[in-house]
Amino acid sequence: MLQQLEGSRAVAETVARCRPEVVCAYPISPQTHIIEALGAMVKDGRLAPCEFINVESEYAAMSVSIGASAAGARTYTATASQGLLFMIEAVYNAAGLGLPVVMTLANRAIGAPINIWNDHSDAMAVRDAGWIQLFAETNQEAADLHVQAFRLAEALSVPVMVCMDGFILTHAVEAVDLIDQAVVDSFLPPYEPRQVLDPDDPVSIGAMVGPEAFEEVRYLAHLRQLDALELIPSVAEEFAALTGRASGGLLHPYRLEDAETVIVAMGSVLGTIKDAVDARREAGERVGVLGVAAFRPFPIAAVADALHGARRVIVVEKAFSLGMGGVLATDVATASPASGPDLATVVAGLGGRPITRRDVEGVLERSARGTLPRLSFLNLDEDVVARERARMAASRRSGPFAENVLRDVATGGARR
Amino acid sequence: MFQVRIHGRGGQGVVTAAELLAVAAFDRGRHAQAFPSFGSERTGAPVVSYCRIDDHEIRTREPIDAPDAVIVQDVTLVHHVDLFGGLRPSGYVLVNTSLPLGELGLDDNVAALPGGHVAGCPATELALAHVGRAVPNVPLLGAFCALTGEVPLEALARALRHRFAREVAERNVAAASAAFDLVRDLEEAHRAPTA
Repeated sequence: MLQQLEGSRAVAETVARCRPEVVCAYPISPQTHIIEALGAMVKDGRLAPCEFINVESEYAAMSVSIGASAAGARTYTATASQGLLFMIEAVYNAAGLGLPVVMTLANRAIGAPINIWNDHSDAMAVRDAGWIQLFAETNQEAADLHVQAFRLAEALSVPVMVCMDGFILTHAVEAVDLIDQAVVDSFLPPYEPRQVLDPDDPVSIGAMVGPEAFEEVRYLAHLRQLDALELIPSVAEEFAALTGRASGGLLHPYRLEDAETVIVAMGSVLGTIKDAVDARREAGERVGVLGVAAFRPFPIAAVADALHGARRVIVVEKAFSLGMGGVLATDVATASPASGPDLATVVAGLGGRPITRRDVEGVLERSARGTLPRLSFLNLDEDVVARERARMAASRRSGPFAENVLRDVATGGARR
Repeated sequence: MFQVRIHGRGGQGVVTAAELLAVAAFDRGRHAQAFPSFGSERTGAPVVSYCRIDDHEIRTREPIDAPDAVIVQDVTLVHHVDLFGGLRPSGYVLVNTSLPLGELGLDDNVAALPGGHVAGCPATELALAHVGRAVPNVPLLGAFCALTGEVPLEALARALRHRFAREVAERNVAAASAAFDLVRDLEEAHRAPTA
């Protein structure tokens, strides 16, 4: 039934319909509303049988998730930002052990400087951990992706991270068609673990593996990611047949037919970009959008195919690798067809800075004029940067640069 | 598309207001999107929330910088926050105040709006009288229904009954209705030819 719901509530209701047996998490903005709602559902018996486990940290949250999953329970958790980094050793372990935990990542910037707002730095920090990483464009897709995530995770014995933009989606109230319990039950069979800690049939999980076999074990995990490239689209198709909704899959192409310029992006900013593309199309420009829905595994062949006719590719991404440049852009460059479109990276939306339709149209205009550099930072205030560089050059004890920049921004660069 | 920006302080139900408005619009079969802009999440800090209402799917995720209506829940923000920045020339302004608007020192943007597009509403007093708490958000939404006609009062009442338990919901409906009547009377007085 279509309802006007907060994104976090839609995710919690959907996760509950996936019948998790263990929910375990530590609160951190902007993920907290999801976990609060699930906690309330366990407490009032709406979600049963399910154990909600309070833990003292994110490290414990993922560790308990690993234990629960190894014991054969369908397991869910959620985190964001610093919380993800705090659990990172266990994040790698969940994947390395092949445990199908599903986790919502309410994407948020990573400090320092401390920042609670949205960008994709947290997801990018664990891109090599061995999790499947799916990005939601809307709250409808965020909700739907969780059903698909449990199905994918358990079919492949690989954990799945559903990435949804913090605040922009988690705290947005919009229409979401919550999936019926009966549909979830028909789509998501009971969890049948490939390995389980069972006293009646004991195994050990978590072997020490030396040079004689480590490469083979890691390669097997890589092959499971490649298997996911096949399974993600078929699971999305099956989901679409049941619900009529095109949620998930590898890519979301939009107006790519005959497009000379293609913007590649992930997450909720795709909506704003589509509005910009519609406006430029009306002005007669041949522009399109390629939404990357599955970031890990990265759909190299599908991206190459989608960008086949493009002359210019602009990757707009909410994260970057310091000292290098775009993260998604590097993957897109690897996938780019041999015809070799011009590739530009626009780093945007860091720490919650808004990305507007006007901004995106400006990027398209610069691209068309040939003045878009290979790497640029959207709406970067060069004057603020130059003034701090000057302070650093003028004095050895120039002080903490985040505080200096904040003071500079507050005073418009006026001398104190 | 009709875009609303709501200014207030943490604890005044600013975020809830945008959500209720979105639910009320959805109730009328329209597309709606409500979202907050959090700064420091603490009581008393300036908070902004947004609501878009449209007859088509809303895809954009950008903040609202050119609102069709601005609701000011706390008039003490007037010297700290650019309350009326980007307000459309034909837009609406609704202020929580028991004072005559002329005494508030609102800026030129507001003075230039069309007649009948600006209203004050003693929302805190109405909330205290009907709900028993100084939370002005719901009376202001009732006033918004009267001022703009963008959402009918009945849809707001249904959103309130959906959100709150029975007794609290009815008190809020009463507060919203009282504010609606006040502003509707102001509007009618404005439209009536001067004798």
